[in-house]
Amino acid sequence: MTALKKTPSNTAPSRFVVWYGELTTSGKLGRRGWLFALPGVLWLLLFLILPGLAVVAVSFAERGQYGDIQWNFTLENYSRAAGNGIFGWSADTLLALARSLWTAGLTTVLSILLAFPLAFFIASRPEKSRYLWLTLVIVPFWTNLVIRAYAWMLLLSPESPITRAASSLGLVEAGAALYPSDFAIAVGMLSTFLPFVVLPLYSSVERLDWSQVEAAQDLYGRGIRVFMHGILPQVLPGLTVAVILTFVPAMGMFVIPDLLGGGKFLLVGNLIQQQFGSSRDWPYGAALSLVLVLLTLVGLHYYRKYGKGVELV
Amino acid sequence: MKRAHPLTTTFALSALAFLYLPLLAVVVFSFNSAKFGFNWEGFTLEWYQKLFKNEQILELTQNTLFLALVSTAIATVLGTALALGLERYPWGRRMRASLETALYLPVVTPDIILAAALVVIFGILQTVSSVFQPGMLTMIIGHVTFQIAFVALVVQSRLAGLGRELEEAAYDLYSSYPDLLRRVLLPLLAPGIAAGAMLAFTLSLHGFIISLFTAGPSSQTLPLFIYASVKRGISPEIHALSSLMLLATLVLVLGSERLSRRKA
Repeated sequence: MTALKKTPSNTAPSRFVVWYGELTTSGKLGRRGWLFALPGVLWLLLFLILPGLAVVAVSFAERGQYGDIQWNFTLENYSRAAGNGIFGWSADTLLALARSLWTAGLTTVLSILLAFPLAFFIASRPEKSRYLWLTLVIVPFWTNLVIRAYAWMLLLSPESPITRAASSLGLVEAGAALYPSDFAIAVGMLSTFLPFVVLPLYSSVERLDWSQVEAAQDLYGRGIRVFMHGILPQVLPGLTVAVILTFVPAMGMFVIPDLLGGGKFLLVGNLIQQQFGSSRDWPYGAALSLVLVLLTLVGLHYYRKYGKGVELV
Repeated sequence: MKRAHPLTTTFALSALAFLYLPLLAVVVFSFNSAKFGFNWEGFTLEWYQKLFKNEQILELTQNTLFLALVSTAIATVLGTALALGLERYPWGRRMRASLETALYLPVVTPDIILAAALVVIFGILQTVSSVFQPGMLTMIIGHVTFQIAFVALVVQSRLAGLGRELEEAAYDLYSSYPDLLRRVLLPLLAPGIAAGAMLAFTLSLHGFIISLFTAGPSSQTLPLFIYASVKRGISPEIHALSSLMLLATLVLVLGSERLSRRKA
């Protein structure tokens, strides 16, 4: 919009504009913009916005006898999500919600801790080879989630060298597998989300102004204070993107807890999948989905509030 | 840039090893003649041979590739047009903000939510038309919906990097808009479009959750098959299959890296 006003030809009859070298009218320009955007916008309206609204509507409906939707307004699905079942109140659903928050939070923190050395290492490479290192980080990110989860099942099975080493150190009982367990879920999540953190973090680290770090050192700052005052403020934008890219999908993850948790350690994602799969209870599934969205937003809100209010992207 | 501390290097390389350990394990197992367990019983290509004779897997491969090709084609056209529309026209601030929010929604919501939303809408639409029964069409729609954002992101960043000078030069030389599009913008954008398309293709190839929710009995894909066999107990053919999919990913990712870095 501002570009329109700046062009000198705006002094000519107002209908005509010069838009980056092209003599045209604002109506024509707008029509062309819509012509380009319209198919995509229609698609998103039809298959993204409309389904989103449908989920909201269905979450207030009832499940029919055969898994169909009865359009009677009810709040029962939300009351169930809060733990009120046919057999009275139980903590199971709330536990799954809490576990999701905890798992996603832990995954995010561990990924960041592991990503820092990797980002600094890549940034310290000669410029030509940096792309190669970055590509090395990206490749696992584009491989199949199921395959990776399965690979960890192999690696953590009773007869794998890793498990044997762990049992000889007395960490697990001899002959026991490391999965299904919370540990296996954490390992699987970490290996899934690490690349999501490394990429945005690296883009901040690459542009780091080292003179600020040196200034901190000149002022006799010690390791941790140099990091807090010289490095952290500079990489915060990249870190914000990293947190969003990790925390949000981690909240909805269900493949890894399903395979590496052996179905014993349920997260919200697993509950939702059950409602749309074997249980065929869409209204309850829809309510759970909305709770998940809400939780994700709450998590991100707190992050932004205490993450010194950095702008998104 | 400073030299990395040896400790930093150690941690960095262990992190990389951690990322590659599972992938490496699958590849190694695909050549192991032992059917169960961790013992190495010699090199074999048996699993690959069995894989290529398995008609079910060949059919699934066809489904997977068909789904990936069709959805990528649709998403690339829509995504590129959207990027052009968003980046090159004077939208009002509100309009632009809401368009961009809708566009990037799939990137910032857990994909299980999109999958659930699609199941619900298809369930409702089914009562209107049987076209929306779970099957290839519903899968294509689901994949396109999350691919559009990725294509648009890549193309938009390329557009922003191009600057306007060449377009202005084209108009100074009395180019018409269609000519500008055909002879200036699209050729310049081509590497970006190709890179976006390749990323979209990879996403579809491995897209699991949306496929799981929207697939019908006759439209199973490789990731769904692998998931089902992991739950059932796996046969070593799956290792061979996974290794081949890894190889395909490697080629696609390296290719799209190349393209997106190419200078205009």
